[in-house]
Amino acid sequence: MLKIGLIYPELLGTYGDGGNALVLAERARRRHISAEIISVGIDDDVPDASIYLLGGGEDGPQRLGAELLRRSSFSSRVRDGSYVLAVCAGLQILGASFAVAGNDEFEGLDLVDVVTRRGATRAIGDLVVRVNERVLVGFENHGGVTTLGVGVQPLGTVERGRGNDGTLDGYRTSTVWASYAHGPVLAMNPWFADTVLEGVLGHELAPLASEADRLYEERRALLVR
Amino acid sequence: MPLGSSFRLHVARRAVVKVNFLSRLISRGSGTVIGGRIGLALAPQLLAYLARERDVILVSGTNGKTTTSAMIAAGWGGAVATNDTGSNMPAGLVAALAANKSSSAVLEVDESWLAQVSKSTSAGVITLLNLSRDQLDRANEVRQIAEKWRVLLASANETEVVANANDPLVVYAAELATNVAWCDVPTPWTTDAVSCPHCTQSLHFTDDSWWCDCGFAKPTTAVTVLRDGLVVRGTRLELDLKLPGEFNRANAAMALTALSLVNADLTGALTRINALASVAGRFSLRRWRGHRVRLLLAKNPAGFAAMLSTLERDDSNVWVAINARVADGHDPSWLYDVPFELLMGHRVFCFGERRLDLATRLDYANVDYVVVSDESLIPVSPDPISLLANYTAFQEWRERSSVC
Ligand SMILES: [Zn+2]
Repeated sequence: MLKIGLIYPELLGTYGDGGNALVLAERARRRHISAEIISVGIDDDVPDASIYLLGGGEDGPQRLGAELLRRSSFSSRVRDGSYVLAVCAGLQILGASFAVAGNDEFEGLDLVDVVTRRGATRAIGDLVVRVNERVLVGFENHGGVTTLGVGVQPLGTVERGRGNDGTLDGYRTSTVWASYAHGPVLAMNPWFADTVLEGVLGHELAPLASEADRLYEERRALLVR
Repeated sequence: MPLGSSFRLHVARRAVVKVNFLSRLISRGSGTVIGGRIGLALAPQLLAYLARERDVILVSGTNGKTTTSAMIAAGWGGAVATNDTGSNMPAGLVAALAANKSSSAVLEVDESWLAQVSKSTSAGVITLLNLSRDQLDRANEVRQIAEKWRVLLASANETEVVANANDPLVVYAAELATNVAWCDVPTPWTTDAVSCPHCTQSLHFTDDSWWCDCGFAKPTTAVTVLRDGLVVRGTRLELDLKLPGEFNRANAAMALTALSLVNADLTGALTRINALASVAGRFSLRRWRGHRVRLLLAKNPAGFAAMLSTLERDDSNVWVAINARVADGHDPSWLYDVPFELLMGHRVFCFGERRLDLATRLDYANVDYVVVSDESLIPVSPDPISLLANYTAFQEWRERSSVC
């Protein structure tokens, strides 16, 4: 059973981020792997899950989300081996610190050695990231500039948009995928959804055709020169 | 504003009317925005000049602005100046006022322009419908808008505020105002206000109330209550709208409340509001290639949820058109916040420039869909088809279809 923990969708669901949970669950079920989405509300304890999803949020909700997670069992569950897909605000929360209104060094969960500072401008627009031999297409809308600590691997290199800093996007550890491509990035990139699924399940998956293949090809043809 | 330079203002006013006329003549769209822009450039205080000595009602909020404004204009009766083309920033407001000298004006105002417009027009009544996410890549952060409104209303002592008591962000915006007519109307979409705007703790919701442990709560002194029936200031009014949906009943309740503050005749207003059948093309029945299509505008998750709730179970085919241009917001990720699962049992025809984004969303919702690539192959239904479209897609469909 694949348990997908959708963390605080009321706070960290600004950009249709719940879509990522739906895509993971559907792509598992269509391969006859049972999957369950556990929506974790702000008054709930963080339950056991195979993978947690952290989405995007405005300043206030992001701060509250980080505080609630710090008081919860989230970090210890991740250290014990649960996987995480973190986008946008979620990417920042897992790091050492990030900027919110009134505090440029708000303490994060410090699960990954990265720091996010306020950028001079807001990055709003299409984001294209080369991840090994593949291309990830998405949309970003954030004001952060994220710096990776020594030895932290990026998710990929930016070909369009800003990502972390105009050069690299996101980060990748043995159990965490993080990107500034927000919201339903897994819907737009079926290959990435399956990469995450294979990582969590620990085995390869047979290809799965879906409408998303056509969408991905359309976006890629449009955005990649 | 010193009205000393009235000659310049007079010239500017003439310019607006003239440019609009010329613009219509050379058929560059409806012309209202172009004319208004030139007028504003000629005289920055033009809006104030045009609004002086009028009774002005402003309407703002994420969803329902155009419909509620149309209800107020119709309900008021007689000639009412109004920006019924939906151009709701200063240029559009100037154009609307320049075109109509009536002493009554109702203007729908873009959420982020409300403070400026309210000051310029010295509006007597401000109607605040709701606040939820809309086009996040342009005007992000609904909370910032609530904060701006709050600052405005805290000092607007002369203004009567009509405010939705069931939307916590609207209550946050209006709670410091001197004169508030709270409206207890159905407001299903509160996902954007789950954490308290005062203290960030989680808000508690029941069917007919909401509160926070810090004391912030739904106002208990509602002037208007819409539940089984509508009561405005103690008077029971029989709402029997031609327009569909619970959300339009809520809009009507707030329109009638605003009208009660300008001493309009509520009985007559009710009759005229009940009779409204279409607003700026919305809800209207149109003809296109032998199909009869009911056009429904839905620009964001709350709007879509409201429109989906009006569909009949037996509308087997539903059309949906999605674009992602500047006016729509370039990022269609909000499609994942729309409860498209409600369309289970229907077949959805996907139109618009982002029809593959829509189709992918429906695929993952396990809803039956068709991506329309050849429009001549769509089966003609004997019954009218409902077409839900976001902003620019809606405009396209109005243009390509004709009156039924
Ligand atoms: Zn509170």
